[in-house]
Amino acid sequence: MTKKNSKSKTEFVKPSFAKHYETTKPLSGAYAVSEAMRQIDPDVVAAYPITPQTPIVERFSQFVADGKVKTEFVPVESEHSAMSAVVGASAAGARAMTATSSVGLALMFEVVNAASGMRLPIVMPVVNRALSSPINIHCDHSDTMACRDAGWIQLYSENPQEAYEHTILAIRLAEHKDIQLPVMIAQDGFITSHAVENVSLLKDKVVRKFIGKRKPIHSLLLSKKPVTFGALELPDYFFETKRQQQYAMEMALKHYDNIAKELSELTGNNYPMFEQYRLGDAEAALIALNSSAGTIKKVVDEMRKEGKKVGLLKIRLFRPFNYSQVSTLLRKIPNIGVLDRSYSFGANPPVYSEILSALPSSKSNVFSFVYGLGGRELYESQIRETFEKLLKGKIKKGINHIGLRE
Amino acid sequence: MSSISKHRKEKKKGWKDIPIGGAITEQKTSLKNKTGSWRAIRPVLNPKKCTQCMMCVYYCPENSIHIDNDNPERGGIDLDYCKGCGLCANVCPVNAITMEEESVFGNKKGKNDKEK
Repeated sequence: MTKKNSKSKTEFVKPSFAKHYETTKPLSGAYAVSEAMRQIDPDVVAAYPITPQTPIVERFSQFVADGKVKTEFVPVESEHSAMSAVVGASAAGARAMTATSSVGLALMFEVVNAASGMRLPIVMPVVNRALSSPINIHCDHSDTMACRDAGWIQLYSENPQEAYEHTILAIRLAEHKDIQLPVMIAQDGFITSHAVENVSLLKDKVVRKFIGKRKPIHSLLLSKKPVTFGALELPDYFFETKRQQQYAMEMALKHYDNIAKELSELTGNNYPMFEQYRLGDAEAALIALNSSAGTIKKVVDEMRKEGKKVGLLKIRLFRPFNYSQVSTLLRKIPNIGVLDRSYSFGANPPVYSEILSALPSSKSNVFSFVYGLGGRELYESQIRETFEKLLKGKIKKGINHIGLRE
Repeated sequence: MSSISKHRKEKKKGWKDIPIGGAITEQKTSLKNKTGSWRAIRPVLNPKKCTQCMMCVYYCPENSIHIDNDNPERGGIDLDYCKGCGLCANVCPVNAITMEEESVFGNKKGKNDKEK
């Protein structure tokens, strides 16, 4: 571990927080998330295997078999059923989780919307993988980006440690009384999910105290307060119900920092909506999600040593999206490059589109770069080259590509 | 004013005042949904032809044709919930029920129809 930023996160725990930690051990991103699920001990997990998510649920089902959790584990026949089972369990008042990837997420899409529409605080780790076709098992963000309007809170994780901590954070975020929304925690397929790094795990009792017990607002199992979930709503009420969802997202934005701060007090790590990395005086900045942020940080450090003013903005909370905060952070940076690991075919890529809306009348030049589709590698040299171009400001408008053969 | 038009004019709650997620926390709310407003054609009974066979009572998918326990004869049609599907007219063995355009009645109920 030579990376400056990762010391406290993986190999060493800050001494004043050491009492909250159980151990530091080598874990892949998927295994780190399964450890979080073990500590959360959800009432119900229903899941279906799909590469590269499989190791999460595979290892979790081992915990179930070994009696390390009290979870009711439902091995279902498809992702559509997985999400349906979890929706039913959550409506009954249970703390329910599932996990998926790519086309699995696409198959459950109908019920993904039902989960947020019924305001069920389901937590779902998603391991990012390209959507078909062509079929591909490697990382890009087309799966979670396709769900960005599905009413789920979305957290993106740079490394296994963050994926672990975000999963714990997500429970509190989802179940907050003013929020009551499902959360997906994204991590990059294979790059994060299968690569082993040191992960510091909190003590079980610390996690359980932090997450507490779920207090459902309505529950199917409370026979004294009978309730109907998922009933028909005609034009006379549907709009009002959707407006409540929008309000819940606004509440998520409002309460996020407080909940994140509570977790910070246990872990010693910070969870800002947007992580600034040497951004203060930067003349060129890149904006990225997930694991690419780690690679960019290394390049930023190297280029800073050469006296080049470059920086990174890592987006952690993509839904809800804090436009005013991102606008404040980026306002003074002359050249900004937005990295998207997915297209929005025929339109601006998703992250670029959000950054553009956040900076409507800014003097900054905002450029779009699409990279890494279907697991195409992003090399340090390519990031350096992109920074150099940004510093010169000589980039064409419209969508640019990194690592694409012309 | 009929109960259907009353229902239409009822003041509805805003988004801050309804349970989240479309949950229904009251009971028997289906009674408030007067599905009779969907009706385009209305069943009209000719009591002279009716033999009290009760076929229409059993076939009515909305349970809108009532039988009174004290007076076990075919009762009137509950127009608050009759959707005008016409099944009763279709199964009537003596053609005692005819389906007529709703527009000719305005908001009035027929003399054979039960007020609720």
